[in-house]
Amino acid sequence: MATTVHEPPTIPSPTRRPSDHFDGSGGGPLPDNLRAVAGRPPEPVRTGIWVAFATIAMMFAALTSALVVRQGTGNDWQYILLPRILFFNTAVLIASSCTLEVARRRVAAYMRVQSVSRGPASWWLGITLFLGVIFVAGQWMAWMQLRAAGLFLPTNPNSSFFYVLTALHAIHVAGGMCGLLRVIYLLRRPVPSLQKSTMDATSYYWHFMGLLWVYLLVLMMTKL
Amino acid sequence: MSEVAAHHGPPQTFLRKYVFSVDHKIIGLQYYGLALVAVFIGMFLSWLMRFHLVWPNAAIPGLQLLSKVGAPGGIMTPEYYLSLLTMHGTLMVFFVLTNAPFAAFGNYFLPIQIGAEDMAFPRFNMMSFWITLLAFFVLMAAFFVPDGPPISGWTAYAPLSAVGKDAGPGLDMGQNLWGISIAIFCIASLLGSLNFIATTLDLRAKGMSLMRMPLSTWAWFITACISLLAFAVLLPACLLLILDRVAGTSFFIPGGLVISDRLQPHSGGSPLLWQHLFWFFGHPEVYIAILPAMGIVSHVLINSMRKPLLSYKVVIGAMISIGFLSYMVWGHHMFLSGMNPFSALVFSFPTLVITIPATVLTLIWLGSIYGSRLQITTASLFALGFISMFVSGGVSGFFLAQPSTDIYLHATYFVVGHFHLVMGVASIFGVFAATYFWFPKMTGHMMNETFGKVHFWLTFVGAYCIFMPFHYLGLAGNVRRYSSFVDDYLQPLLPVHKFITIAAFITGGAQIVFLCNLAYSRFKGPQAPANPWNCTSLEWTVPSPPPWNNFGGEHPVVYHDPYQYGVEGANEDFILQTSTENVKGAVRT
Repeated sequence: MATTVHEPPTIPSPTRRPSDHFDGSGGGPLPDNLRAVAGRPPEPVRTGIWVAFATIAMMFAALTSALVVRQGTGNDWQYILLPRILFFNTAVLIASSCTLEVARRRVAAYMRVQSVSRGPASWWLGITLFLGVIFVAGQWMAWMQLRAAGLFLPTNPNSSFFYVLTALHAIHVAGGMCGLLRVIYLLRRPVPSLQKSTMDATSYYWHFMGLLWVYLLVLMMTKL
Repeated sequence: MSEVAAHHGPPQTFLRKYVFSVDHKIIGLQYYGLALVAVFIGMFLSWLMRFHLVWPNAAIPGLQLLSKVGAPGGIMTPEYYLSLLTMHGTLMVFFVLTNAPFAAFGNYFLPIQIGAEDMAFPRFNMMSFWITLLAFFVLMAAFFVPDGPPISGWTAYAPLSAVGKDAGPGLDMGQNLWGISIAIFCIASLLGSLNFIATTLDLRAKGMSLMRMPLSTWAWFITACISLLAFAVLLPACLLLILDRVAGTSFFIPGGLVISDRLQPHSGGSPLLWQHLFWFFGHPEVYIAILPAMGIVSHVLINSMRKPLLSYKVVIGAMISIGFLSYMVWGHHMFLSGMNPFSALVFSFPTLVITIPATVLTLIWLGSIYGSRLQITTASLFALGFISMFVSGGVSGFFLAQPSTDIYLHATYFVVGHFHLVMGVASIFGVFAATYFWFPKMTGHMMNETFGKVHFWLTFVGAYCIFMPFHYLGLAGNVRRYSSFVDDYLQPLLPVHKFITIAAFITGGAQIVFLCNLAYSRFKGPQAPANPWNCTSLEWTVPSPPPWNNFGGEHPVVYHDPYQYGVEGANEDFILQTSTENVKGAVRT
């Protein structure tokens, strides 16, 4: 590889789209430090969220693997009946993904034209958050139902994995809810400071939680 | 301007500047300080162990203060030997070898080497250090619980680690604390790796393409990728272990175990499952320990040779291959675990294949040195020492990689010698090379070269004196994790153990030279110029030490590949990456 020196690529002064953030100026030339691939400033949260997906997926892959191996050892695998409320919870989580998508579009509309009220955006974010709370509450009820059926954490390996998988997922959903709270807070500040990248990353995470839940549900239905 | 670094202005208060700092440089130094404390605690533990092995009935004055149960009258019980062994391994592998080469130097220099103002997520970065520190305190608390630290080794094999206090001292609260500490450490590590990856991919300066990054940056990046997936497996493993211990589950504990005349209330679990989960993490972990040192050594050697390596791309390819293959070899720790012997072959093959990129790297280093005018500085000595230790420790791996020979060598001192040389000492040499190389940049002062060289030779010779005989001991059948050697066949080996113990004391004591050099130079060492080693990478374009925003608000533009040394037609024998010198020189990368 030759050491020929290239002049740094001439990049036209990139401008931020006004719809990506609120800076009061409606956009303008950016400093020229950037690897302006598409004329945008770096938004590491976009990379970061996918990295987070990789690590969370790996964790649940390890638990899946542990489940499969544990099923094979010992002959105490006792299939359990999954509480029916899980299906309601699934519907709630999927619905929350839909409301989140509506919210994203409202937020984008507000970012584009700031005379549009940010009320609807906040509303839909709030509904998503509320559905998240319903989901976690529903998971709690599922645990109570399992306990009422005499299935506690150590009762048998099936119940152990059920509690571990659902609890870990619920903890991650709670993390997603913190992200939603932060988005709502940033949006509702006197001078809103919500970035599109933050909104996108938060919603990708929430959708990932939904996809992960569907995977876990199928895993539990087929294996537990 | 990176809006992420703009999130924090210059720190105003003492707390913000030096304690709860979001500045990656301070965080890097904090990790280094933690690793320094951990390594001396770990070394002290190893001294206690070595002393006991040679003089098992002698009282160690004061040890009873650390544990009345474990060392009554100062005489170490066999169980306490195992406790010290566990803590030694845990501290060294997690808090030294994962922290120092990767978290400490990576945090400090990765952003600067790519031209960024800070990491991508400075607050996550701060959190990851403080969570690591919390994990350290939780682990150290195990020394002070009534039963003492766990006795199951840093590998915490089930069922010993999972059954609870029936199985021995330290397995009550001590093992719980171990599990909690490591789980916390995993979370911190995952946050840190996330930061490294996002920063490397997104915050590089203009002109800094991936193929223009220094090899040290590549090594940190690849290590972060490995670390991300490895710690994500250890975390649920520790969680399941804790549940087995406190919640009565049976992930790892089989049925029918009678321990201390008590039938354990578990059944159906698999101890092998713990080993699979642990080593799936554990093997990438050892590459997490060594890869940053490889990158640092490459960087230091190139600078000392004043010429690039034989091939930059091949070095990167080799490091990536090592990272990728590291996920396929975990079963070579389990050849004797009772798993299907055919699966042993499946693991043996990639274990041998992984020696190929490692050998390629070694040959590139050695081949590059040949014909160069290598400048001998303390940093370059430690870099050469790294190669020596890596090769010495690595070749014993060939024997362990074959199931047939491993049947004999598994769990003997041969293994202990292997991993101490190839991972422990080599990695520490990488850390020393990094320290001597980057100390001027971090502090603005030069370290004393004479004392540095004394430190090197004492450590180099001492490390060989300690760990080479381990191979001999292992071949002679000396089993590891024994607290004393009472069997007939082990008696003739006691003089070897004595020699090792004395070497360990001397080599450990020699580190005082390093500590004194570090402390004295920090305050009284000669002023360091911005680029004392005439190095090409970006960190040498900023003052020593760098300002809070690294480049003083400027935005570096990179024009050159990272290792332009000895280019014909250039003004000097090196070209800074940011130099606007227009040189159509020879192809040298």
